[in-house]
Amino acid sequence: MARKLPEVDVVLVGFGWTASIIAQELTEAGANVLALERGEWRDTVPDFSVTHIQDELRYAVRKEIFEQTRRETMTFRNKSDQLALPMRELGSFLPASGVGGAGVHWNGQNWRFLPTDFMLRSHNEQHYGKKAIPDDMTIQDWGVTYEQLEPYYDKFEYLCGISGKAGNLGGKIQAGGNPFEGPRRREYPLPPLKRCAATVLFDKAAREVGFHPFPAPAANTSKPYRNTLGVQMGQCTYCGYCEWFGCANYSKASPQTTILPVLLKKDNFSFRTHSSVIRILTDSDGKRATGVVYVDQNDREYIQPAQMVVLCAFAHHNVHLLLVSKIGVPYDPQAGTGVVGRNYAYQVSSSVNVTCKERLNPFMGAGALGQVVDDFNGDNFDHTGKGFLGGGYIALWNTGGRPILQEYLPKGTPKWGAGWKKALHEDYLYSTHMQCHGGVMSYRDNYLDLDPTYKDNYGNPLLRLTFDFHGNEKAMSKFLTDRATEIANAIPNRGINAKPREGDYSIVPYQTTHNTGGAAMGTDPRTSFVNPYLQSWDVPNLWVMGSTVFPQNAGYNPTGTVGALAFWAADAMKRYIRNPQPLVQT
Amino acid sequence: MNARLLIAGVLALASAGAAVAAVQVYAPARSRQLWGTVQQGKYLARAGDCKACHTAEGGKPYAGGRPVPTPFGIVYSGNITPDPDTGIGAWSEEDFYRAMHDGIDRQGKRLYPAFPYPWYTHMTRGDVDAVMAYLDTVKPVRQVDRQPKLGWPFSMRSMLAVWDKLYLDAKQFQPDPKQSAEWNRGEYLVDSLGHCGACHTSKNMLGGPTGGKMQGGMAEHVFAPNLGAGERDGLGGWTKQDIVEYLATGSNRYATAAGPMAEVVQASTQYLKQRDLEAMATYLKSLEGPKPETPNTPDNDTMHAGVALYVDDCAGCHMDKGTGLPNVFPPLRASSAVQAAKPDLLIAVILQGARSPATSAKPSGITMPAFNAKLDDAEVAALTTYIRNAWGNRGGGVSKGDVAKLRSTLASAPR
Amino acid sequence: MEQRENIGLDRSCATERCDSPSRRTFLLGSAIFISSSLLLGGCGGGNSTREPVALRFLESDERNFIRAAIDRLIPKDGLGPGAVDAGVDVFIDSQLAGPFGQAAGIYMSGPFRLGAKEQGYQLPFTPAQVYRLGIRRVDEHCRKTLGNVFAQLKPDQQDSILHELEDGKIDLGEIPSPNFFNLLLQNTKEGFLADPIYGGNREFAGWKLIGYPGPRYNYTDHIEQYGKPYDAPFVSLGGEQPVTCRLSDSPTGRFRGPGCEYAQMPAKVHYDALTTTTGKVWPAGNL
Repeated sequence: MARKLPEVDVVLVGFGWTASIIAQELTEAGANVLALERGEWRDTVPDFSVTHIQDELRYAVRKEIFEQTRRETMTFRNKSDQLALPMRELGSFLPASGVGGAGVHWNGQNWRFLPTDFMLRSHNEQHYGKKAIPDDMTIQDWGVTYEQLEPYYDKFEYLCGISGKAGNLGGKIQAGGNPFEGPRRREYPLPPLKRCAATVLFDKAAREVGFHPFPAPAANTSKPYRNTLGVQMGQCTYCGYCEWFGCANYSKASPQTTILPVLLKKDNFSFRTHSSVIRILTDSDGKRATGVVYVDQNDREYIQPAQMVVLCAFAHHNVHLLLVSKIGVPYDPQAGTGVVGRNYAYQVSSSVNVTCKERLNPFMGAGALGQVVDDFNGDNFDHTGKGFLGGGYIALWNTGGRPILQEYLPKGTPKWGAGWKKALHEDYLYSTHMQCHGGVMSYRDNYLDLDPTYKDNYGNPLLRLTFDFHGNEKAMSKFLTDRATEIANAIPNRGINAKPREGDYSIVPYQTTHNTGGAAMGTDPRTSFVNPYLQSWDVPNLWVMGSTVFPQNAGYNPTGTVGALAFWAADAMKRYIRNPQPLVQT
Repeated sequence: MNARLLIAGVLALASAGAAVAAVQVYAPARSRQLWGTVQQGKYLARAGDCKACHTAEGGKPYAGGRPVPTPFGIVYSGNITPDPDTGIGAWSEEDFYRAMHDGIDRQGKRLYPAFPYPWYTHMTRGDVDAVMAYLDTVKPVRQVDRQPKLGWPFSMRSMLAVWDKLYLDAKQFQPDPKQSAEWNRGEYLVDSLGHCGACHTSKNMLGGPTGGKMQGGMAEHVFAPNLGAGERDGLGGWTKQDIVEYLATGSNRYATAAGPMAEVVQASTQYLKQRDLEAMATYLKSLEGPKPETPNTPDNDTMHAGVALYVDDCAGCHMDKGTGLPNVFPPLRASSAVQAAKPDLLIAVILQGARSPATSAKPSGITMPAFNAKLDDAEVAALTTYIRNAWGNRGGGVSKGDVAKLRSTLASAPR
Repeated sequence: MEQRENIGLDRSCATERCDSPSRRTFLLGSAIFISSSLLLGGCGGGNSTREPVALRFLESDERNFIRAAIDRLIPKDGLGPGAVDAGVDVFIDSQLAGPFGQAAGIYMSGPFRLGAKEQGYQLPFTPAQVYRLGIRRVDEHCRKTLGNVFAQLKPDQQDSILHELEDGKIDLGEIPSPNFFNLLLQNTKEGFLADPIYGGNREFAGWKLIGYPGPRYNYTDHIEQYGKPYDAPFVSLGGEQPVTCRLSDSPTGRFRGPGCEYAQMPAKVHYDALTTTTGKVWPAGNL
């Protein structure tokens, strides 16, 4: 028999980036907030301490810090006519668990989407004509504009201490920054990170072939930084253990290093770990959320009543919760009806390895230490006659040179034996790679629903992912890879190895942890689950955070936009708390 | 004692006739219930850091039971909540003043100077009364005091009469007319409520103060550095503002509070008024330092080992050349804490780690991990020797034996 | 500064007292060590002077297979030690005995069905089971077709078998041979290049091959020294219970033995004369 607990004003499912932001904002407004985290408590000391964190086998190969598939996974198939099978081993993406969520182990690559990204359908229709968008490409406008989000992007960037150089200040293009970015009100809080040998080479080569490289915006602090909450961060020391690791010296922005020291002292905030939310409860009409059900580590069930429920779990987990709780209309790909599970997207990535003539010392790196070419992202270039829409960036990321997994060897390197050994010996210190990081559109046949066969530990059906790259993504990815190859050829090298994205989407090799969609935001309840304020159309006291609400995915890492949307939604929630009702009338 | 008890007592007297009232009746000072007095008492209790010692880890506030390690054994703090049976609820103002001024409790029992009455003795009567007024408002907790674990002859409280005779200078504070009002206020705060000398003055075998005032002493297994003048290991290089910032926020450009001092900042000094902190700084800056010693020169082999260990283990935060990041990771170069006469604090911080205080001005609580599992005694010895003697530091060497001894002491310290 | 021979870390603690060699012993012994280090990059050769480590999972015939296979996957050659000298068999054994081998974090609920390659691993076998079954079947196949178990074949025969396994040309029953081969290859590379605390990468064999100095945490002053080698000793995480170090206790209460570097040796010793990533002698730092 589930035990019923005292009601709180706001219950948050998960305790990562979005939960920390919402909690901080709403507790400031006086609300009594509770966060329920299925994983464990984590903090810089002792969990990411410098005594042990630089352990590639433990964290990058055995993936200790992520959610283990035994506890939570999904099934996967490329197409609807296939049988979906469980993702038994982690591969393509690495969902988080534990306090801080993916904010602990991300690289810190922090972007704003382009102004056109938020108006994707209307912009492309205007520019290229309605026929340019295939019938089964279900892209849509977000319902919020870049201009509306700009102050919130700024808020997130100053919370995190992003290191970068502005490219567009109030409409004026600035030298040294991204000339394609949307206008920003002010500079980044910190100057860019130092450059390593590889990014210097890339910068020179990219300019030679006519592109416009700039230092990537980084949530790795280039200097000690005291953030907007008075929390103190350190300074990145280029240790090369960023992605998939926690930071040992307080120089990567995460909930722990930016928000929790202030949040956890508040009397009106509390959190519970090892508390897996398995269902959202609604009243008999289904129009009001009354709380959540969660299970602790001893398999005891609890009912946690709340006035507001905010889904802050990782991306697709929010969708899973909605589906098993029977909230909203599940998406039916055949009929094209329903919104929950609709418009799942991802990232289409490819790479080009370069073995340079110059020694690179790749092991000196940082998660967002990179030089980027944004000339081919979004609609930054003319797509006429190209045969695809959208784009992505090309970056030389030098996140580290970890011996087991980060070897970027030339074409034709034997996979084992004396030849492999020789290549490693000669090339490890000289090799690097470029990443082409492309957006993915939404399609009718890419979606999330519940699996009919496989179950999780709580008896719920697993989430089922049906997803593949379409011709648009493959063509766009090839285009990016070719541009990257041009840059690579302009770097003095001993060999390059272009690795385009070929074939169907595979869940096996790691690509990115940028899963998006399934509960899209928008202005039309027929094609979105939440309104432009991330408030559910059907259940006004239920809100959804994270990349779950992206109607399609752009060519940038999502966290900056996730953070901005959380601050944006928090402002709307404060209005809601004063006057509980749907914020957008239908 | 509150009004209810008083009335009950009077009624009992009235009804019982000649029967002696169970409750001691006296007229409470009219000022004690004034909100202003209570607030003043709360402030002074913070300045005196009463709560820290009188609250056990995970225990109820002011209910006592925290083990206070002394060289003679363990003394447990008492219950100073207003519980009438197990706390000080039945105490009068006179009782409380006698405890604070003479170190004698209501039953006439002498208190161990682990309770720093030799410093509180200098408090004015009014201040002591105010503290008691505040303690009256704390939630009463029923918790019997734990008996101290002291070996003979220290277990004999009668010995304390001798000790008090030798070392207790039971005088209320008298301002020095030759000094400014600010200096006098600073001396008052440091020497009475702050009881800084309880840690920062060295003690002889009997636990009485010896040597120069606040020129360094032991504090719960680690060394509390010299607070007097001294460029290398004192506050000579600190400005008044540095001292104020350290006490108010937990760190300044030179140092971050660690170990027992982190607790002092977090529980006590971060709440003091700016002008009180400035007064304390004025006073501290007037103190003499010890005669500068010439520490021994460490050998090359040890320094070689130390520099390598430093690069491998410490440079990630404290940076190359020991510069640290001021207010994030304290500099080790030109650090008075690092070059203190005794290396215990440095060794303890390396072995156990350190959590910087989370104050309202600096809430981050940046933490250093423990290296006790990663480095053995020889390595810690080489590393600390290096840190104490690199980049212009001069602090003398550290032996493997020093490390082993402290490691074992810390491991067996009561929690 | 006196000239010191490049002794490096290529000495086996089993053949000398590691706890407190005097400087004199060092210099006297240097001639012997230099010559042996020129030979194979390992003092006194590879396997013979290494004390055997107790197996935790593999049977001895399985270990023989592993040793023979990894010797072909990453052979010893002029560039330095191979997987066997690097202790990769010890690494693999230890991994298979632990949570990785037991698939502790893997979703292992049925039903099990083979799917498209895009859907990833779908077999009901843990890594430990894959090895156990795979080794047995490979040896059966070798006995049948070449007259001997894998470990007893000639190197070029072994190479052929490995290629055939890689290409899916050998029937191992329930386990497609590329699954078995790729798992073995992946674990071999892991063992060669992971931190020595896991039992492989002995004496930094893997890291010396590539020039990766080990887990330090501050390159702020080095990252802009473009093209310059980073010159520092190889270092490991140390740690409390590395597998190969369960041989004997040290005077300081920590473990020591072949493959135990850095944290297990007293500071004075292991920083006296170390080879850096560029082959120079440390220390180069200032005091």
